[in-house]
Amino acid sequence: MGKSERPEHTAPPDIFYNEDEARKYTSNTRMIAIQEKLTQRALELLALPPDGTPRLLLDIGCGSGLSGEALTEAGHAWLGLDISEAMLDVAVEREVEGDVLLGDMGQGVPLRQGVFDGAISISAVQWLCNADRSSHEPRKRLKAFFESLYRCLARGARAVLQVYPENATQAEMMVAAAMKVGFSGGLVVDYPHSTRAKKFFLVLMVGPSSYAPQAKGLDGADEPMSEDEDVDMGEGGQVRNEGRQRKRHGKPKGSSKSGAQLKSKSWVLKKKAQMRGKGYTAIPVDTKYTARKRKKGF
Amino acid sequence: MKLLTHNFLQCHIKGVKNGYPLNIEAVKIEERDADFDPDFLRSMFKRIDWKAFLVGAQALGCAEGLPQAVSEEQLQDDGFLQKFHHALLEVCLEEGSLICPETGRRFPVVKGIPNMLLNEDEV
Repeated sequence: MGKSERPEHTAPPDIFYNEDEARKYTSNTRMIAIQEKLTQRALELLALPPDGTPRLLLDIGCGSGLSGEALTEAGHAWLGLDISEAMLDVAVEREVEGDVLLGDMGQGVPLRQGVFDGAISISAVQWLCNADRSSHEPRKRLKAFFESLYRCLARGARAVLQVYPENATQAEMMVAAAMKVGFSGGLVVDYPHSTRAKKFFLVLMVGPSSYAPQAKGLDGADEPMSEDEDVDMGEGGQVRNEGRQRKRHGKPKGSSKSGAQLKSKSWVLKKKAQMRGKGYTAIPVDTKYTARKRKKGF
Repeated sequence: MKLLTHNFLQCHIKGVKNGYPLNIEAVKIEERDADFDPDFLRSMFKRIDWKAFLVGAQALGCAEGLPQAVSEEQLQDDGFLQKFHHALLEVCLEEGSLICPETGRRFPVVKGIPNMLLNEDEV
């Protein structure tokens, strides 16, 4: 997956997300899990008052409704907007609770002033940074989007937009465009030290605000293990980006396994518990033999 | 498309000042059950343009029994809330058009999905 093209480089979103792609995307369990997780995190960052009142949210780039369903689960009403007819057809087929609109966010969201309690977007807004057609001007489209988004949000409402910026320039472009129309806030980067787990959320507030969300994984700890990455967990739960340890034959220089135990018993137990927590069923039971010291050269 | 959604939609063609509310031309209407939540209804009522809602309900044939103005007491009355709930959330426009009151531009509704895509010259 790491070497494949960004979808944004392949085709405009309404062409990329055609019927086949829409079906593949929606039936891909990994995609469903990722979307669910990102939506949960976006809801967390949205920080709606936990008083049980169902709120009205806007889901930008709602696609086939994977994120929308998570909003429904959380007890909210929502309206979705997407540019791909194929994706929206899948959403309707799946009978999602929210109404959906076919539209291009770069043309401005066609919604009147002050009606939404919040907005989320999962993996969509970065599409605005590309000029998919010769008539597109990314800055103009970003402006139209953010202006109309600002307008349709109620006072005190927030927007949380999870994005995949191609590079720092794109990230800056999106933040700047948002600030220019009056939003306060900025970019929250979860797991900033991990190439794979790193996630960007544009967290925007209507008007000035003292809201200061906390990014996840700043100290490298508690990284989500679902990403396949070559990450080694040391004793203190520190994440180190090292290559796999080559197996050493014979005694290494100095004493045997001095210093930090890279694969200590406590690490093994912790890792096994983590995997069980994730739902893997084939993890062997922990016994007194688990991670027992083996003879050298084992 | 439910009337809840219709109440928030406006025409975003460049230069249009009176693009709300969109007129509804209904070709196919369907009714779908929705969970009754009085708190949600009261919360939605606060932000709904009631006049636009009535016009929309008229177009979808569910305006009967809805008052011209709503009092505080009515917001607590189950009878009113049920009618409001039904019109707001259970009557869906499946096929038809939404028409901009200023320009007459038609936005088609297909499979319940309004097509709000603008042409290059409308942006």
